[in-house]
Amino acid sequence: MTAPLDDTSILPLELTDVSFAAGGNRLIKDVTLRFEPGLKTVMIGPNGAGKSLFLRLCHGLLQPTQGSIRWQQETGAGRHQAMVFQRPVMLRRSVAANIDYALKLRQISRRNRGDIIDRVLHQTGLRRLADQPARVLSIGEQQKLALARAWALEPQVLFLDEPTASLDPAAIHSVEEIIAAIHDAGTRIIMTTHDLGQARRIADEVLFINRGRILEAAPADRFFNAPENDLAQAFLRGELLWWNKGQDNRKQGMPPKGENQ
Amino acid sequence: MTDFSDAFAAAIGLVLGLDTSLTEIVGLSLRVSLTAVAIAAFIGLPVGAAIALFRFPGRFFFVVATNALMGMPPVVVGLIVYLLLSRAGPFGVFGLLFTPTAMIVAQVLLVTPIIAALTRQVIEDLWIEYEEQMRSLGAGPGRAVPALLWDGRFTLITAILAGFGRASAEVGAVMIVGGNIDHVTRVMTTSIALEVSKGNLALALGLGMILLVLSASINAAAYLIQHNTKRWHA
Amino acid sequence: MKRVILMALMTTVIGLLPGPALAAEKFFTLVGTTSTDNSGLYEKILPLFTARTGIKVRVVSVGTGRAINIAKNGDADVLLVHHKTSEEKFVAEGYGLKRYDVMYNDFIIVGPENDPANILGLKSVVDGLAQIAATKSFFVSRGDDSGTHKKELSIWKMTGIDAVKASGTWYREAGAGMGATLNTASAMPAYTFSDRGTWLKFENRGGLRLMTESDPLLLNPYGVILINPKRHPHVKAKMGQAFIDWITSPEGQAAIKAYRINGRQAFFPNAKK
Repeated sequence: MTAPLDDTSILPLELTDVSFAAGGNRLIKDVTLRFEPGLKTVMIGPNGAGKSLFLRLCHGLLQPTQGSIRWQQETGAGRHQAMVFQRPVMLRRSVAANIDYALKLRQISRRNRGDIIDRVLHQTGLRRLADQPARVLSIGEQQKLALARAWALEPQVLFLDEPTASLDPAAIHSVEEIIAAIHDAGTRIIMTTHDLGQARRIADEVLFINRGRILEAAPADRFFNAPENDLAQAFLRGELLWWNKGQDNRKQGMPPKGENQ
Repeated sequence: MTDFSDAFAAAIGLVLGLDTSLTEIVGLSLRVSLTAVAIAAFIGLPVGAAIALFRFPGRFFFVVATNALMGMPPVVVGLIVYLLLSRAGPFGVFGLLFTPTAMIVAQVLLVTPIIAALTRQVIEDLWIEYEEQMRSLGAGPGRAVPALLWDGRFTLITAILAGFGRASAEVGAVMIVGGNIDHVTRVMTTSIALEVSKGNLALALGLGMILLVLSASINAAAYLIQHNTKRWHA
Repeated sequence: MKRVILMALMTTVIGLLPGPALAAEKFFTLVGTTSTDNSGLYEKILPLFTARTGIKVRVVSVGTGRAINIAKNGDADVLLVHHKTSEEKFVAEGYGLKRYDVMYNDFIIVGPENDPANILGLKSVVDGLAQIAATKSFFVSRGDDSGTHKKELSIWKMTGIDAVKASGTWYREAGAGMGATLNTASAMPAYTFSDRGTWLKFENRGGLRLMTESDPLLLNPYGVILINPKRHPHVKAKMGQAFIDWITSPEGQAAIKAYRINGRQAFFPNAKK
C-alpha cells in the first residue's frame, strides 16, 4: 500500500508555461497543467505530437527549456515516481534479480527485499518465472516484469509510455489489469497511448495533445462523448492528418491546393 | 629445413619427461600474464566505463589514446619500462628491473589499453539501451557502472581473454625488462627466442606448440563457460 | 560479483609477491654477452661458484653494446664482455672499478660448403675477407654493435675495404645475436664471422662449414669488471668481488679450461697470476 497522501506527498504536480525545444524547434509548447492526486490520466494524440516528450519532462528525464515543473516536494520527488517504457528494459540477470536491483537502488534493506519481490511477482503472475533470465521472457512477460519492478518501489506516481504498443491482445489485457491494480493500491497513473479503445477503458481524465500543444483536458466521459476541440473531434473520428492545422476553411481530409504532398 | 615432426617429438619429450625447467617456465609465464591481466582488468574496466559514460575535458584525447595504445609494439613498451625502472631512472630505487614484477608492470601497460578500449565500446552501447530506465530508477551513470559491467560480462570476458592472449604471446617487453634470467625471469616466449638464437629450432618449435596448447586450453575453457551460460547473454 | 573482484585481487597480490624462496636468496646480477651464454659455459661453471660460496648468479645476456649500457646504468653488479677497448674506457670513465683478464676464445669464419670465394685453407683472415669482398659473395654481419661485431669491423678495416658501404648487396647486416645471424647465414647461405663457442653448439648449420681459424687476429679476450660502488652505491660489491676473485682463482680458471663443447676446449683461461 502506498503511504496516505499527506505532507510526504509529491503531488500535486504543477506545470507552468512549459516549453521544450530541440534543434531550434519547439516540440512542447506552453503547457500549463496541474496533476492532482487520485486519478488515472491518459494522454492521446497523433504520432509525433509530443506524448513521449511530455512524460519525460514530467518525470525529470528531460528539462524544460522554458517554464517550470514543480512537485509538492522540492527535492527527492524522484524517489516516489517510476516509469515504464514502451519496450521493457531488463538487465541480464534473473527476473527476481531485476526487481532486487531496483530495490537496492532505493536502499531497501535485504530483509525486506525478498518479501516485496515475492509479493509483486505474485501480483503480476510471474512467480514461477522468478529465477529465469529476464531477457528470455516474452515481451508481454517482460512488460509485466517492468510493472512489477515499478510496483515494488511503491511509487506515488507511475508514468507509462505506450506500455502495450508492442503487445498482443492477451498481454494487453493482463497489463491493463495490473495498471488498474496499481492504481487501486494508491498510485497516480499518468500514461500515453495511441489505442483509443484502451484510453476509453482506462482513463479518468484525458489530455489531447497535437503538435506539442495540449488542446483539450477533460474528464474521460465528457471528452469521448462531446469533445470541444475540432482537432480532437477529427482525431476521434480517425481523421487527423498531418497537414491539418486546425479550424480554417479547408475541407477536412483534402490537402490544400498547391502544397507538396 | 626443420621437420615439424622433430618439433612435435621435442614437445612431447618435454611434456612427458615433466621437465622441471619446463614446469618452472610455464608456471612463471602463467603467473606473470595472469597477474598482469588481473591488474589490467582492475584498471581498464572502470577506466573504460568512465570514458564511456562521462563527458570531461580531454575525453577525446583519452579515447584516441586508448585505441592507439592497443597497437603499441611490446618492445617499445619494454624499452619505456626499462628506462623507468633502471637504476639510472626515476624508479630505480625499487630495484625492480630483471624481476617478474617488472615483467608484470610491462604487460599491464600492454593489456590495459585493450581492456579499456573494448570496455568503453561495450558500456557505451549498453548505456544507449539502458540510460532512460536506469535514470528513472534513480541510477545515474556513476551508480550504474557496476550493473553495466556485470551486464556486459560476456563481451568483457572476451576482451579480457584478448588481453591475456596479447600478454602471453609477447616477447619484446618481457625480454628487455626481465632479462631472460634462467630460473628467475625466463618465460615461454623468451625461452623460444633463446632456443631460436641457439639454432635449436626443433626445441623452439616444440615450446611454441606447448604455448599454443596452453593458450587454446584457456580459450576453450572460457568458451565452454560462455556456452553453458548462453541463456544469460540474451 | 564481489567474489570475482576478490579473486582478482588475490591473484594480483599473490602474483606480485616476490615468492618466499627468492626473498631470502643471496644473489648478484652478472651482465654478459649472448655468445658466452649460448656457448653453455655459464651453465657449467656458475654452479661451482654457488657451491663454493652459496651465492647465486643471475645472468642477463645481451649484446656487448647493451651490456655495457646496462652496466653504466647500474642495473647489474658485474660486467663480463669481450671488447678490451670498451672495457678500458668503461673503467677509465669511472663506471667500473678494475678490469681483470679472465679468458679468451677465438673467432672463426664459417661459410657455404661450396665456398664461392675460395677461402678454405687461407691462413690470413684479412686475405679471406678481401676475397669475399672481391667475389661479392654473400656475407652476413651481426651488425649489432656487439663485441663480435666490433671485432669483425676491425678486421675489415685492415683489408682497406669499406664493407658497410656495400650493405644491402653482398654484405648483409642482421642486427641480431650470434645464433640468429648463424641461422640467417645458414639459410642464405652466406659467410659469417662467429665466435667458436656459439658455432660449436649451433645445431642449425645447414650447409655451413668452418672456413678460417687460428689467425692471431681472431683471438677474443674477455674482461670481468665490478661496477663501481662509488658511482652506484646499491651495487652488491662484496658478492661481485667474490665472483671476480673466484673466476680468476686457480679453481675458477681450471673450471673454464675444463669446459668442453663436442669434445673441444672452447675457452682458454688467462687471468694474471
